[in-house]
Amino acid sequence: MGERLLMKGNEVIAEAAIRAGCRHYFGYPITPQTEIAHYMAKKMPKVGGVFLQAESEVSAINMVYGAASAGKRVMTSSSSPGISLKQEGISYASGAQLPAVVVNIMRGGPGLGGIQPSQSDYFQATKGGGHGDYRLIVLAPSSVQELYELTVDAFNLADQYRMVAMILGDGVLGQMMEVVNFRDEEPIVDADKSWAACGHGMKREHNTITSIHLDPAVLEQWNQALQKKYKTICEKEQRYELYKTDDADIIIVAYGSVARIAKNVVHVAREEGLKVGLLRPITLWPFPTKAFEQVMDKTRAFLTVEMSSGQMLEDVMLTVSGRKPVYFTGRMGGMIPRVDDIMAKIKEISAG
Amino acid sequence: MFLHEVIIAGFGGQGILSAGRLIAYAGMLDGREVSFFPSYGPEMRGGTANCMVVVSEEPIASPVLNSCTALMVMNNPSLEKFESYIKKGGVLIADSSLVQQKPTRDDIKHFELPATLMASEAGNKAFSNIYLIGKLIKETGIITPESFEKALYGVLSKSKHHLIPQEMEALKAGMEY
Amino acid sequence: MAVVFDRPHALVDIPMHYCPGCTHGITHRLVAEALDDLGIEGKTVGVSSVGCSYNNYFYFNCDMIQAAHGRAPAVATGVKRSLPDNIVFTYQGDGDLAAIGTAEIVHAAARGENITVIFINNTIYGMTSGQMAPTTLLNQVTTTTPYGRSAKNHGNPIRVCEMLATLEGPAYIERVSLHDIKHIKKAKEAVRKAFKVQMAGKGFSLVEILSTCPTNWGMDPLESLDRVKNEMLEYYPLGVFAGEDLEV
Repeated sequence: MGERLLMKGNEVIAEAAIRAGCRHYFGYPITPQTEIAHYMAKKMPKVGGVFLQAESEVSAINMVYGAASAGKRVMTSSSSPGISLKQEGISYASGAQLPAVVVNIMRGGPGLGGIQPSQSDYFQATKGGGHGDYRLIVLAPSSVQELYELTVDAFNLADQYRMVAMILGDGVLGQMMEVVNFRDEEPIVDADKSWAACGHGMKREHNTITSIHLDPAVLEQWNQALQKKYKTICEKEQRYELYKTDDADIIIVAYGSVARIAKNVVHVAREEGLKVGLLRPITLWPFPTKAFEQVMDKTRAFLTVEMSSGQMLEDVMLTVSGRKPVYFTGRMGGMIPRVDDIMAKIKEISAG
Repeated sequence: MFLHEVIIAGFGGQGILSAGRLIAYAGMLDGREVSFFPSYGPEMRGGTANCMVVVSEEPIASPVLNSCTALMVMNNPSLEKFESYIKKGGVLIADSSLVQQKPTRDDIKHFELPATLMASEAGNKAFSNIYLIGKLIKETGIITPESFEKALYGVLSKSKHHLIPQEMEALKAGMEY
Repeated sequence: MAVVFDRPHALVDIPMHYCPGCTHGITHRLVAEALDDLGIEGKTVGVSSVGCSYNNYFYFNCDMIQAAHGRAPAVATGVKRSLPDNIVFTYQGDGDLAAIGTAEIVHAAARGENITVIFINNTIYGMTSGQMAPTTLLNQVTTTTPYGRSAKNHGNPIRVCEMLATLEGPAYIERVSLHDIKHIKKAKEAVRKAFKVQMAGKGFSLVEILSTCPTNWGMDPLESLDRVKNEMLEYYPLGVFAGEDLEV
């Protein structure tokens, strides 16, 4: 049994990255994720790693691009406005097929918005965010323990598929403390990195890391290769949790910290005799369509709950494709959905 | 079922967040599931601060509370803001040296102790939150004093360990008040 | 028959895409010769930028990374911090380095990042067809300054070497020119010195190379070289701006 510690979500992300073999972190301060940088600044020198506070989020993601090109496990983290700035570099890294981990501890937007928790970057994370036809693997932890485990997984998935993996959390997850159980040893995927630009030592042809292909036929082929990879990921890497869905008339669909509140709702509803369950996507991309197929015939309706105007809602509707009614309730701007409000919506659906 | 959902609220600098962290840490040492969710951002600096702590036998659903079994307040605005959160039969603990207002509800258990006054009379104003935790332990049994002491050793830096006997005195005084 | 002049090993044997009279080819050769002479091709990682030289990863035989517009110093920082024993250089034009990439170059220099920057100043954007660059001279006509650059409307041209030399970070900064053989030889020495500074772990080195763009200047190759000599040298004086006494 490993260590059992009470830790803050943001610090756990940083510790998990180090345990996963990440020795390069480039970041820029922004609330509510700055504790990641604090932790890295303190710990990296002690494990022979690199912490560098960049001059901007733009530079930080490009330093990530450089370290990833060199074949290293590398991470950056930010919150919503900073993640917007990183989109250029994320697109380039996706185009160049570079593995890297990007953490977004979301806050309310648009613009400078606020600093309280939000989930309004779902579209940005799952639909591309930057320019071009590309995807990120998007993992949505809902506890401090999952912040740890999914951060380790993010490094493995990034290396395995040569792509950017994103941890999509929010201010609640970043700031809260819970008990985390660390493993003695991490399951680290030893991926081939013979493609890296790290000096050929006069022993091989020179490697090139690039995302530019001016010949449209070549660029199309390159894109087709990316899409093939994405299809494999959709088939193999969907993750989700089904909670009390077997007999549920209404299934709440929620991720991250909102899924925690939704679990409370499931308990309250069942105390009141309403059969409510929870479908919690753990991978937001690939979206866990398989979870919906498992429960589709058994349930009467879906209720999507988000800290946004209804972004994941669109994926839920696409997946359900009119087979069952899909409802929505959410809060925006840093407001957190209340159990009472979700219960009211459930009663409304039950009555309707 | 053993389930304590506590909101602690007051001004930044009163030790609101550290009180919450200590309770969560002690709860962990008691073998419970725990969560701690602080308010964060500029409001911490001189403004209001609050945190939500859950100590439970079962895995904790949400760390974000819409209601609580106990509320600990160290200023008037916090009482106004969170009084309605207290579940029927729940506990309100107020630092009466700072909270002059009285609760409007009569379906809760209301306790007062002049924590800030007691702390300054004992010579360390920074311990006012500890007196309140003492009272909370006595009225709810959320954590054991033994684990609280261990939590102090776990959370505080070594340079502050010599203060822990005084803090345990404060806890005891709060429990006995 | 003895070969007296050959292609450097660090330069791939394929035709380049640059326009006739463009000095990029010369600079590529100077960099490749330095990699050969110093025996560092095998441990060098180059960073291409955005501009006419965006695809010089086809031409250099060392490992290469193509960077987003202006970000090459940040990418190079990431590489160098990952591979401190390797040699890392960026190859950037004036739009890339002194406009969109100003923050990146200033902070890489300020940190004294142990990388080498090859900076091409030809006072114009070449790849996108002749727009104003931050280094475009006053009164110079470009496609975005059709009536000439004016200080009032467009500001004055930026002297990168002088600006960066105000920082404590840089170990070596020199401005050279390619307008004749004598100056090309001096440029060769400067490029070599820049790499040697990095090899010695001294910190940030940058060589600004006054270059031509006959196509977008609307001149023939010889007229272009004359323009460098007669117009650019006056505003962009040659010389060492940091690390003059540095022995490597």
